[in-house]
Amino acid sequence: MAAGIAEGGMVIVGAGETGARAARALREEGWDGPITLIGEEAHPPYERPPLSKDVVKSLEELAPKLALTPEEMVDLTIDHLPRRCAVAIDRDAHLVTLDDGPAVRYEKLLLATGAEARRLSLAGEGAGRVLYLRRHEEAVAIRAALGQGKRVVIIGGGFIGLELAASAVERGGQVTLLEAAPRILTRGVPAVLAERLAARHVAAGVDLRTGVSIARVDLDAVVLADGDRIPYDAVVAGVGAVPRTDLAEKAGLSVENGIRVDTTLMTDDPDIFAAGDCCAYLHPLYDGRRIRLEAWRNAHDQGALVARNMLGVGEEISAVPWFWSDQYELCLQIAGLADAGATTVARDLGEGAEMLFHLADDGRLVAASALGSLGRVAREVRVAEMLIERRAKPDPAQLGDPEVKLKALAKG
Amino acid sequence: MSWVRVCGADEIDEEDVIRFDHGGRTFAVYRSPENEYYATDGLCTHEKVHLADGLVMDDIIECPKHNGRFNYKTGEAKGAPVCINLRTYPVKVEADTVYIDID
Repeated sequence: MAAGIAEGGMVIVGAGETGARAARALREEGWDGPITLIGEEAHPPYERPPLSKDVVKSLEELAPKLALTPEEMVDLTIDHLPRRCAVAIDRDAHLVTLDDGPAVRYEKLLLATGAEARRLSLAGEGAGRVLYLRRHEEAVAIRAALGQGKRVVIIGGGFIGLELAASAVERGGQVTLLEAAPRILTRGVPAVLAERLAARHVAAGVDLRTGVSIARVDLDAVVLADGDRIPYDAVVAGVGAVPRTDLAEKAGLSVENGIRVDTTLMTDDPDIFAAGDCCAYLHPLYDGRRIRLEAWRNAHDQGALVARNMLGVGEEISAVPWFWSDQYELCLQIAGLADAGATTVARDLGEGAEMLFHLADDGRLVAASALGSLGRVAREVRVAEMLIERRAKPDPAQLGDPEVKLKALAKG
Repeated sequence: MSWVRVCGADEIDEEDVIRFDHGGRTFAVYRSPENEYYATDGLCTHEKVHLADGLVMDDIIECPKHNGRFNYKTGEAKGAPVCINLRTYPVKVEADTVYIDID
């Protein structure tokens, strides 16, 4: 090969949160060989959670919040290859081919390819105007489209859509949010909390429409199946994410709603691992269930875990799935998988904040979800997370009693 | 030295933390399981999140957003995502009242 071969050592494809965390953790764990971090974007690794919030709300254009700075990468001797796309893996030769420059030889390979925004196939001349959010530049484009009096149509009542709706309202926009399902947040969020969030959006002036379908997008309006026209200055779609598995599939690795990995994040190939949004794994706490998470904490935790396992530790996943969403003054936090519960116990956290405990048939706590101010929800959910992790079967009466300190249950 | 009154000693639960704002600054004031009092800057060094919204376990305060962990007695950051230590402040308890030195 004319372009030659570079010795990459520990090679990471994908320079998002997982890739960045893994690169840092490899050094923390004592790996002193080369680390090569391959990313498609021009930026050093950055954090995505602010994209739907701070970045689009800010009156000035913000720089990405870096997860790994250029100085840190120099200090840690991490070889970051930006604007480079991995196009093929030769598993026998242990080579990753890039779209530009020499192929990279790996000792162990981490696929941290993440997910991409699902695209809608929409009819109408305005379909090409629909904005999506995944990368910093896309957030910058959305930010530029928001503002005082701007008519913003948001397609999709998931986390991205709802956070963008709240951000657009804070920028003074008139927001219409369209959701095809009968309610918002159908995936993994209890109906009670979803309804409360929906009510908060309506109170903020959002025209929230559920159970609607879109006929087409004109140049100046979104047209619904019932013929209603919603004029817009900007249209943004947040309709889920699709794991980026092409590279793994082409290399013959198993894919099952994400790159299939075992409980140590190893793929079918013992020299190739996958972590973060792109991988699907069996969670020991939810036996038999293969899950794939799209959450910052998961990306972060798996980055650290997979680094250890690339070095041969063989540690199993134990972290409880956890995520948060900020909308207006409200914070939603969920630990565990709420839909794994059979019964629910509610707890009043005060100041309008509410928490739900989700218990399995045998009484085991499998999830907890809460909505309210960060100060009301965060520590209670954190304590619940500890109970979930140790498979506790707390007394439902105590869970529901605001006079009983949760922390006392965790210590007891 | 610039001692400022924070609160009554029993206004912070054992193994807990409160937020204290003074002069445009924000602090987190802790009571340890051993009944000693400590103070740090109020915001996480990773993102501007109030640490007083987080959970105290033994001598660790955990950021409520990203689970960045600090030893609140020393201010030491315990690893990614937090890499910058917290500033700590002297604390004294006199006549059942907690004071911090904010200089």
